[in-house]
Amino acid sequence: MTVAARRTERLLNLVICLLSTRRYLTKEEIRRSVEGYSEGQEAFERAFERDKEELRELGIPLEIGSNDPLFDDEAGYRIRRDAYELPPISLAPDEMAVVGLAARFWQQASLAEASSRALLKLKAQHPGEAAAEDLLGIEPRLVRDEPGFEDLWKAVQDRRAVEFDYRTRSGTQSRRHLEPWGMVAWHGRWYTIGHDRDRDDVRVFRVGRITSEIDAIGPSGAVAVPPDVDLRAIVHSFEDGAPVGTAQVRVAAGTGGGLRRQAVGEPAADPIHDGWVVLEVPFRDVGALVDDVVGYGPNAVVVGPPEARQAARDRLVGAIGDGEASA
Amino acid sequence: MTGGARGVGGAQAQLQRLLSLVPYVLSRPGVAVDQVAEEFGVSAAQVLRDLNVLWFCGLPGLLPGDLIEVDMDAAQGGRVHVTNAEAIARPLRLQVDEALALLVALRALAEVPGLEDRDALGRAIAKLERAAGDAATGGLPVAVEVPPRAQAGTTAAVRKALATGCRLHIAYYVPHRDETTERDVDPMRLLLDGQGGYLEGWCRRAEGVRLFRLDRITSIEVLDIAADVPAEARSRDMADELFTPSPDDMLVTLELAASARWVTETYPLETVEELPDGRLLVRLRTADSRWLVRLALRLGAEARVLDPLEVAQQVEITARAALAAYDLADSPVAG
Repeated sequence: MTVAARRTERLLNLVICLLSTRRYLTKEEIRRSVEGYSEGQEAFERAFERDKEELRELGIPLEIGSNDPLFDDEAGYRIRRDAYELPPISLAPDEMAVVGLAARFWQQASLAEASSRALLKLKAQHPGEAAAEDLLGIEPRLVRDEPGFEDLWKAVQDRRAVEFDYRTRSGTQSRRHLEPWGMVAWHGRWYTIGHDRDRDDVRVFRVGRITSEIDAIGPSGAVAVPPDVDLRAIVHSFEDGAPVGTAQVRVAAGTGGGLRRQAVGEPAADPIHDGWVVLEVPFRDVGALVDDVVGYGPNAVVVGPPEARQAARDRLVGAIGDGEASA
Repeated sequence: MTGGARGVGGAQAQLQRLLSLVPYVLSRPGVAVDQVAEEFGVSAAQVLRDLNVLWFCGLPGLLPGDLIEVDMDAAQGGRVHVTNAEAIARPLRLQVDEALALLVALRALAEVPGLEDRDALGRAIAKLERAAGDAATGGLPVAVEVPPRAQAGTTAAVRKALATGCRLHIAYYVPHRDETTERDVDPMRLLLDGQGGYLEGWCRRAEGVRLFRLDRITSIEVLDIAADVPAEARSRDMADELFTPSPDDMLVTLELAASARWVTETYPLETVEELPDGRLLVRLRTADSRWLVRLALRLGAEARVLDPLEVAQQVEITARAALAAYDLADSPVAG
């Protein structure tokens, strides 16, 4: 048996021993009961400290206490069964099936592993097989794996501030210091939301635009998340907006399919151009409207409002260009 | 706090696995070694090594009656029988990161239009929240937003076709050709993504595996014909980007202004080169030059097609034709 296997054996015996006792066991009692600890006092102490740490890392609730609170006797250890065990959950086959689908949800390694571990714990309680046929062929890939996600996910859980280099949409780069409150995936991309120490205000950062390593700063538990904060609403307020207006866009017969799908109401026949129709297209900013229209080339023309019409012309003039790209 | 073990293959990882593996096999007496290996993502040989460790564990004193009993002969023969392991018969409770990972995923799935397991999802969420206890109280710090773009009816029809093994008839809109075509598709998978999702299937018109964006399917019908996906049809490897350009595609060189940097975040590129003033030189592949003309028009002065020359000319011709349409006549609606 390998050294690692012998250690596993000792750790498992320690868990079983501490789970099976009602009273706190002193270090000496543990040393006598659990196979595999060294004879030498110092080596034992070192090994026992390390074992305790590893059990705690796995989330095993190791309790320290004294059997007789009136006497200042030596502290002992135990694991309370009700704190250790997964409470009984009875999942119906269809519930188990959707939990199985949820466990396939993550591409991020740490979350994929965490959800598989959770699924195995649940399966351990449910000997039947899930009714999964109905969910066959469904591949949930709602979020993409982005570098930086794992560090932020850890910082959010540890409630720890972070710093990183960030490039805005326009390309400006700067060092930012953030107290992260949480993360939202939106349109398949990750955003982190929190208190920006440099701006002293709430800010939203797109994780994909972080250009450096993410360094944790300050102690864990230092980030205070405001109660009732609505992360999704914050992302929306920064990244999206309600339509600000409606444009009239003229499209040729049988073309402009995307614009026709965005339009509200029935298309009106164009009074001047035979076969063309005029669409009422809601837009949230002129730039986004022009994005949608100019791709149709001569088959779509912004009729109004005038500033949108001008912006579309300018964009087309820009596309002809003078032989050199300019901002 | 995270529940992950340090050092894969080390003692801690093995302990973590055993604390779930023991309850798993106790509730399935005689389960196949191979099944355990698959579920736990390890080799069959590793399952045997795990069982071998277990064999030497038990209550303090380690008298024969106190030890966990593992039928090693049966295990060599491919079956797992473990007894006398009451002390660890139930799994360790869910850790914060484990509960979060499942709950965030379940809540996102509950928002997908057309997944008609909403009822099961709601029940599973409630039960898991109870089991997770403190780990899941209050608002979750992580949320996945599901775009409402895909029509619930489209998703539901794809699911129905997948579940019943039936062919689909769809009308599909292709923006860069600005046309809608009708075709029969034998469904292979429903891919849910952050943009609304895709149907992957064998397109009988193109005679190949194709991805169809759900929000561009303008009508859909489940046919009373059995789907027939040829044996040579291969699903895309989902570890990759959804669109992997083919090496046969046309290679295009673009110069981008700093403000058009979003292009690098949106499309798979062959190469990206930083130029002075934040400008970029990028190369990308496309199967259809119309797609690129559309992108170039959209970028306006922020981009210049450097190569191939025909594409650059096509952009210019299209832009001039569009401007001519603006010069033609103003509709009275313009005011």
